[in-house]
Amino acid sequence: MNAPMNSRSKVVEAIDVHKSFGPLEVLKGINLAVRKGEVVCLLGPSGSGKSTFLRCINHLERMTQGRILVDGQLIGYHERGGALDEMSGRELAVQRRDIGMVFQRFNLFAHQNVLTNISQAPILNRGQSKDAAVARAKELLKMVDLEGREQAYPNQLSGGQQQRVAIARALAMDPKLMLFDEPTSALDPELVGEVLGVMRKLAADGMTMIVVTHEMAFARDVADRVVFMDQGVVVEEGPARDVIDNPQHERTRAFLKRMH
Amino acid sequence: MSAQKIIPARHWGQRLVAVFLIAIVAFAIYMVATSRHISWSTIPQYIFDETILDGIRLTILFTVLSMVISIVAGAILATMRLASNPVLSSFASLYIWFFRGTPLLVQIIFWFNIQLFIPSIDLGFLQMDTNVVVTAFVAALLALSLNEAAYMAEIIRGGLLAIDDGQNEAAKALGYTPAQAMIRIIFPQALRVIIPPIGNQTISMLKTTSLVSVVAAQDLLTRAQNIYARNFLIIELLIVASLWYLLMTTIATALQYMIEQHFGRSSRQPVGSWRAALRVLRAEGTKG
Ligand SMILES: Nc1ncnc2c1ncn2[C@@H]1O[C@H](COP(=O)(O)OP(=O)(O)OP(=O)(O)O)[C@@H](O)[C@H]1O
Ligand SMILES: [Mg+2]
Repeated sequence: MNAPMNSRSKVVEAIDVHKSFGPLEVLKGINLAVRKGEVVCLLGPSGSGKSTFLRCINHLERMTQGRILVDGQLIGYHERGGALDEMSGRELAVQRRDIGMVFQRFNLFAHQNVLTNISQAPILNRGQSKDAAVARAKELLKMVDLEGREQAYPNQLSGGQQQRVAIARALAMDPKLMLFDEPTSALDPELVGEVLGVMRKLAADGMTMIVVTHEMAFARDVADRVVFMDQGVVVEEGPARDVIDNPQHERTRAFLKRMH
Repeated sequence: MSAQKIIPARHWGQRLVAVFLIAIVAFAIYMVATSRHISWSTIPQYIFDETILDGIRLTILFTVLSMVISIVAGAILATMRLASNPVLSSFASLYIWFFRGTPLLVQIIFWFNIQLFIPSIDLGFLQMDTNVVVTAFVAALLALSLNEAAYMAEIIRGGLLAIDDGQNEAAKALGYTPAQAMIRIIFPQALRVIIPPIGNQTISMLKTTSLVSVVAAQDLLTRAQNIYARNFLIIELLIVASLWYLLMTTIATALQYMIEQHFGRSSRQPVGSWRAALRVLRAEGTKG
């Protein structure tokens, strides 16, 4: 956490990102840089555009203006003579292989068992042999504390277990960056801890992470930086403890007060 | 304390109706069985008649071919209908509207008479009389398939829409290409929604094929008609045909039941591929 950030390369660089749904402007010029190994938590009230911004990073959402680079690569577009040409579905797929994403509602593939959920993408799209992918899947399952559950189907698992499988599934692609969109919001309170535990482990292992969350204790302990968003703009950002314990902006203060 | 005897409510109304129904059915059976106008002895003689058996083969061929063609065409139409391009989706909507909105019988007769407005087919290197290409068989198959495709498109579209969008998003986020997401994630799950109605359509198609007898397409009903045109054993041959239709739909229903059982059981352990359906069919085949 105390390593000199500036000496590390930028994994994510978002420049002036705008997004509108019809007449509604949801993102009004977001700038954000995330360095290698950094954990950034996105905070903000409901509807402030956190999910939308996260989904722009892997181009699940098409932004209306601005640009996002992941590992120096422009996401979603080819730059051709001043214009941005949107990539084809196949090209987007190739870019997304380096960006893991964990959803609020897990979204495990309902017709596949845990092992297939985790190992299919690396076999199809990373050229891994079946044996290698299965061995790696078992390793990851151990990491998320689900050893021996290879044959279970998603509907046989608790929410917390499903989310841990979802994390393992994303990690199986060896992403350079992990995006989490409220990974514990759909969980019963007693299951939140096991998922946050896995995320702490990941952070400690040096994974670059952007986490949308309402878990203030997690943000305070684990994040290197927090970014507070409201109504489509970044209101305040800084080291996690500074912002959470001593917010400078009125809107941040009001939000944090409601969270406690 | 001694147990009191429990007497369930007696439904007198239902009993009365039941008695009435038994009387009607008994009377109908008596009427048919004792009728001097039906020569029962001729039925066994025609049931395995070579002509009838040929007709059955063609009826099954029509059913299988038109179902296969309509499933492929229906999948394409469903994908078009869900496409973001307005021309593609409008074309699919128009197709479905037209083919579901006009009677199948009219469509069969239309295809059979297509040469009236397209007398010859000219492909540059190849010129042919339309009559030579569009035989009764081809006209019947075209009509059944194109009509069924409209219904299939709606069934498949319903199946695709039933899958939570999160499944597609997760596949995208993992770097599946759109084709991979469709083939590996969406379609296998949609299959479980689609299979029961496809089964119903297939059973229905077994009987619907009899409509092609209007263009004498040599299906089971056409053959029965051909025979009774010569010997006037109309009721007898209709009974023969009906017995065969009943047998075919009964077998098809049993098959459907087994496939659905298999996929139903899989609500805990989903299978999600045609291989599973084929495995059931093969397993049952070796048992029988
Ligand atoms: N597909 C969409 N079409 C139209 N409006 C949308 C769409 N997705 C999001 N919005 C709108 O964009 C705004 C921002 O939504 P977003 O989901 O990014 O907020 P959020 O910060 O993630 O909120 P929450 O904490 O509730 O998840 C909201 O007003 C929402 O209604
Ligand atoms: Mg959200």
